[in-house]
Amino acid sequence: MREEIIVSGRMNELIDPHLQVWNWEIPAYLFLGGLAAGILFFAGLMTLQGKEKEFETTIKRAPLFTPLMLGIGLLFLFLDLKHKLYFWQLYTTIKLESPMSWGAWTLLIIMPVSVAWAGMYIKTIFSNFKWPYPNIAEAFEWISKQKTILAWIMVITSVILGIYTGILLSAFNARPLWNTSILGPLFLTSGLSTGAAFIMILSKDEHERHALARIDLLLIAIELFLIIHMFMGFRASTQVQIEAANMFLGGTYTAIFWTFVVVLGLVLPAALEIMSLKKLKVPYYIAPALVLMGGLILRFIMVYAGQMSRWLY
Amino acid sequence: MRYAMAIDTKKCVGCSDCVVACQAENNVPIGFCRDWVVEVTDGTYPELELENRSERCNHCENSPCVRCCPTGASHYAEGGIVLVTEDKCIGCSACITSCPYDARYVHPKGYVDKCTFCVQRLKNGLKPACVSVCPTKCMYFGDLEDPNSDVSKVLKTRKHKTLIPEAGTKPHLYFLI
Repeated sequence: MREEIIVSGRMNELIDPHLQVWNWEIPAYLFLGGLAAGILFFAGLMTLQGKEKEFETTIKRAPLFTPLMLGIGLLFLFLDLKHKLYFWQLYTTIKLESPMSWGAWTLLIIMPVSVAWAGMYIKTIFSNFKWPYPNIAEAFEWISKQKTILAWIMVITSVILGIYTGILLSAFNARPLWNTSILGPLFLTSGLSTGAAFIMILSKDEHERHALARIDLLLIAIELFLIIHMFMGFRASTQVQIEAANMFLGGTYTAIFWTFVVVLGLVLPAALEIMSLKKLKVPYYIAPALVLMGGLILRFIMVYAGQMSRWLY
Repeated sequence: MRYAMAIDTKKCVGCSDCVVACQAENNVPIGFCRDWVVEVTDGTYPELELENRSERCNHCENSPCVRCCPTGASHYAEGGIVLVTEDKCIGCSACITSCPYDARYVHPKGYVDKCTFCVQRLKNGLKPACVSVCPTKCMYFGDLEDPNSDVSKVLKTRKHKTLIPEAGTKPHLYFLI
């Protein structure tokens, strides 16, 4: 039997007895970032495909919420910082090896882009909305002429934002559960799926909802594949990753993960989406609400469980 | 120049004097420590083996903490010492999460803190506080590139190991076994 104890009584706050340095702020931000990325991706993509008529909610209505989502996400990130007044140091350097650095720069680009997009369409949604200064109205008039460029920027930066939320965690080799390159694609797919779900809840056009449900079904299938693939990878890897996977295959996180993320967050909404595509009567908001819940819980579980997984020595 | 430390697990008695010396020398806030002592018991009674290790930051050559720091606050100083610049640190905790040795913590003032190999003492030609107080003289410190340094000499003659080299960090704390 092997027993290892710290005899000098180390009890560093947030580190011992196991790492718990990131709390609700981080998974909540990862969720909001992924969600906003998903919405902006579809808004940009459908614009580039010239489908403004068929995807009105996708392009005009849903993106109105993204500056708010990104703003709240950034606020959560700020709340998590322990040396808050120095946050601007992020923008004094670009460090390519640090996902957090290029994530911070991506946010600096996508935040004003989302504001520009929302400002461009606010008048089409709220017809009696008026900008307080004519200069602002003129600026947005000018922006709407650059719509194609803006849509391209949006598609590219939203993919970077979505995938970075996963890469941020996967870059930590010290936490075996996170240290898999599947996490980037998994969080990106989940972000796109929650984005599509959010638009489906807002949309009043059945045709648009069905088109999104078809996209979402594909995304859910990819997500399920990635989850299985991730656990297969862990099981075939080193002891530390086998133990990380065991938290989900019989350990602490088994019930909550498979119930709330896989069954209620992926399989059930997929079944409901298929039913509504087959013209069966299902309230349209249930499936997307489940997808959103699943995406949120996935991020909470990954952030908390990852901090419990560690190297043994 | 490449600073390194070697700890003789056969001589260490686990008295924690190194921990107290560090806390006093570096004004470590109460409730925290930059170094600590691990006691490992292995085997089945009566065939037991005991290993005492005084642990701290490994001042890795391929430091995950330096790599993931978004502001450059965590950096390599002269001799490969890994340091944190306090007023560049935003307290994002990425480095804490990235360290497989859990050697870092958040200072109550907000920035991240860790072992510095007592740079302030090295500048004056002194050894780190933990090394200089050790009552069993089980710790060796010096420049690996200098063949006559204490640490080079002891590593030449004794069997040694590092902690989780498979994490790819190239650690520079050596444990004599």
